[in-house]
Amino acid sequence: MTQKIIELKNVGKNFGNDKVLHEINLDIFNGEFLTLLGPSGCGKTTILRLIAGFETPSSGEIFINGEKVNAIPANKRNVCTVFQNYALFPHMNVFDNIAFGLRIKNMSPQEIKTKVDEVLQMVKLEDFAQRKPQQLSGGQQQRVAIARAVVNDPLVLVLDEPLSALDYKLRKDMQIELKELQRRLGITFIFVTHDQEEALSMSDRIVILNKGNIEQIGTPQQIYEAPTSLFVAQFIGEVNVFSGRIEEIQNDTITVQMANGSHQFKCTHSHLQKNDKVNVVLRPEDLQIYVDNSKHTHSLSGKITNIVYKGSTVDLLIGLENEKVVTVSQFFDDEHHQQFAVNQEINIGWADGVEVILHDT
Amino acid sequence: MTPSNTSWLKKASISTISLWLIIFALIPTLLVIATSFLQVGENNFVVFSFTINNYQKILDPLFFHVFFASCYLASITTFTCLLVGYPFAYLLTQFSPKWRRILLLLVIIPFWTSSLIRIYAIKILLLQIERALRVFYPDVSILYTEFAVLIGLIYTMLPFMILPLFSTMEKLDRRLIEAAQDLGATPLQTFTRVILPLTIPGIIAGSMLVFLPVLGLFYVTDLLGGAKNIVIGNLIKNQFLVARNWPFASAASVFVIILMAMLIFVYVKSVNKFGGGRYEKI
Repeated sequence: MTQKIIELKNVGKNFGNDKVLHEINLDIFNGEFLTLLGPSGCGKTTILRLIAGFETPSSGEIFINGEKVNAIPANKRNVCTVFQNYALFPHMNVFDNIAFGLRIKNMSPQEIKTKVDEVLQMVKLEDFAQRKPQQLSGGQQQRVAIARAVVNDPLVLVLDEPLSALDYKLRKDMQIELKELQRRLGITFIFVTHDQEEALSMSDRIVILNKGNIEQIGTPQQIYEAPTSLFVAQFIGEVNVFSGRIEEIQNDTITVQMANGSHQFKCTHSHLQKNDKVNVVLRPEDLQIYVDNSKHTHSLSGKITNIVYKGSTVDLLIGLENEKVVTVSQFFDDEHHQQFAVNQEINIGWADGVEVILHDT
Repeated sequence: MTPSNTSWLKKASISTISLWLIIFALIPTLLVIATSFLQVGENNFVVFSFTINNYQKILDPLFFHVFFASCYLASITTFTCLLVGYPFAYLLTQFSPKWRRILLLLVIIPFWTSSLIRIYAIKILLLQIERALRVFYPDVSILYTEFAVLIGLIYTMLPFMILPLFSTMEKLDRRLIEAAQDLGATPLQTFTRVILPLTIPGIIAGSMLVFLPVLGLFYVTDLLGGAKNIVIGNLIKNQFLVARNWPFASAASVFVIILMAMLIFVYVKSVNKFGGGRYEKI
């Protein structure tokens, strides 16, 4: 395992009587792209500000590179920040903005020139060195903000929703660029976002936060495919949730009594017990639709209530017999691609193992 | 409200304001400019014959002495107001919005009393202090000194420095300060490299709002300086009311107006340079 670069030990933060973070424990490893993801108000930006040194923890300890930094101010930490609205100095041109940190360090003018030119080239803004920030587009300002941070060779770069102000297309491009930049520089990126797709596509690991607590830490795949809580499952992508009660556990087969009958799942969740209340979570893209009445391992019958065309997929809203509505995503490349109509009677099925069974808490 | 109603209201209000400005600002100014080219008659009144003599008199050493003396007073006042007002305005921005409003109100409240009355109050206050001090130091004198004049000027003008400074500092994006710290700047470096340059428009505006009026604040010098230290305002007032030389008083007024116009021009230019369009594109 690579070396820990940042360690948060039981870190809590209060603003007045408002407890924003509860006992956060988090290890961040050298060179990884870590994303803090959560709805607004979950404490993700606070964690970032604690690491950057703009806030001091109310309790617990923060270590950077093994050194306790609770009392070390932002200007003495080897962590650089890319701010949400870039926070470029409006009275300085692009060159001076980027050179700011180097001048503070009293580097020689030639050295500064070399380093600034180097990062300007990296972010493809060589021709814009003399421009003022307000003469640049949003995407260009974003790059200046990144260049201004990375030119200082920080140990860790923290980015606070850096892409949120950009339009969709530009955001996609910047996601790829950022990821490439991170790979090239090899420094640790801590990235804050509320955009699930962004988190999934960029991160090595994702930390899901909710109301000041860590819900789950894992790779994008783990988070998406094996959420450990209903909150995570519902926050990342769309899900269909069936609540039920465990009727029987036999070897690796669990029988769950749900509103629309009993269903058997192949499962190795050792923590589940008979009579536990559970939620069975199924992603819309894992569900299949059968028009014929052929028996499938798992099947539910219902009626199509709405068809939503989404470009690459079409989402069918299906009203089950007990009036629960389920979403099913159909890809157009399906071999048995077919036309559906509202009010059509159909069956829904899914393959073994795609479901996630979670304790109802 | 219908669009036609709105446009009617708009026209009515704009024309009222325009009329007001024409009657009470433009026409008097034009009259002053016109008078400045006229001569003094036998009966101490204006005679309608053209001359530029009045402007030549401005170059007179006596007038220049008054001019420099008032610039000197105005400079010291401006500088002291800046020295006191800048940290004051900065501290104001550190309070919560609720306290900011209350403290700002405290700065503004004195305006509700005529500044003439407040200067009288200061005069009495200084007199009492002087008396008290004379118990220990018989030779001390405060009232009718340059020091007393400066106290009066600074007291009167300080809010005019604080308010524009406060408004530029309030607009200052806190994240810029954090960004500077993040890039390694110490508090002092953050101040000199980020906060100070970005508040220059406020410094210039405040300095102008203090410097220019001081040139005309004749009653402060009259009341606290015992007419020993005079500003251009005293000279103009005396020429108009005592010496009855309206043409020369007008020429001196025009001179001050031109000076102010030049300074305002410099101000507008510098605001464009330092802070203009800061938030336009973000």
